[in-house]
Amino acid sequence: MPLKVIDLGLVHFPDAQVQQKELFREIKSGRAGAGLIVCRHYPVITLSRKANRDNILVSQAELENKGISVYAVERGGDVTYHGPGQLIAYPVFNLNYFKKDIHWFLRYLEGLIIRCLEKSGVKGERSAGLTGVWSGRLKIASLGIAIRNWITFHGLSINIKSNDLANFSLIRPCGMDIIVTSMESETGRIIQIEEVKQNLVSLFESSFGFLNSN
Amino acid sequence: MVKIILPQLSADIPKATVTYWYFKAGDAVTEKDDLVELTTDKATFNLPSPCSGILTEISALEGAVVNVGDSLGLIQES
Repeated sequence: MPLKVIDLGLVHFPDAQVQQKELFREIKSGRAGAGLIVCRHYPVITLSRKANRDNILVSQAELENKGISVYAVERGGDVTYHGPGQLIAYPVFNLNYFKKDIHWFLRYLEGLIIRCLEKSGVKGERSAGLTGVWSGRLKIASLGIAIRNWITFHGLSINIKSNDLANFSLIRPCGMDIIVTSMESETGRIIQIEEVKQNLVSLFESSFGFLNSN
Repeated sequence: MVKIILPQLSADIPKATVTYWYFKAGDAVTEKDDLVELTTDKATFNLPSPCSGILTEISALEGAVVNVGDSLGLIQES
């Protein structure tokens, strides 16, 4: 059962959602065992169903001026920002074939992110009681997933470029007073998104092969 | 009557928040329909209907925190 990888490049958020739902249907029908969409998004703010809209700190007019759209999504978490300086991954995994355990899957994704950061010289770590990956006290990667029929969708974002962090000031990320960072900010060097993407896809593929054989 | 029970979602998740009911009391439901969305930490989970019938009672309203094994509502099986 191979991992189907789809690279969408830089896309608007709704277009990626369409692709994601198509992949979900494919996995649900059994035509594929698991899939992974990787992409980057034009600036967008997404809100979960239980998110507090007050966690968007600026007016709709200001968002429109900045060309930032807002979408409600069915993932967990609260509010988050996505922009072109992040790598996004949407793993669509049928957990019926692996382990039907939400926290197991979140910890699995965090582990992959930590190993991916390590390949570029960034030390990422978990923070007790909080989902996501941190560099010291700063958040460098976020997770938010949804599960239907034990098939996962939505996923993770890794902050790579330092020039794409300013828009996080428009929100209270995850509804909390956290400060975000990026791989470039932590290393002080230019990091190519392509490099991180290849590392992450490769980690997904190798870990998927391992999960699949156990 | 068939109880809608919160199943074990993870070895270390004892509870979840009801975030959305796809049906209201009195609606007909079909087995495996997405019935209710639950949220835990950074994940949402849709609980499918355990049977076909009429959703007669919703006991855990949106916003309620429920424990694994708790009943969220009742279905009169058809």
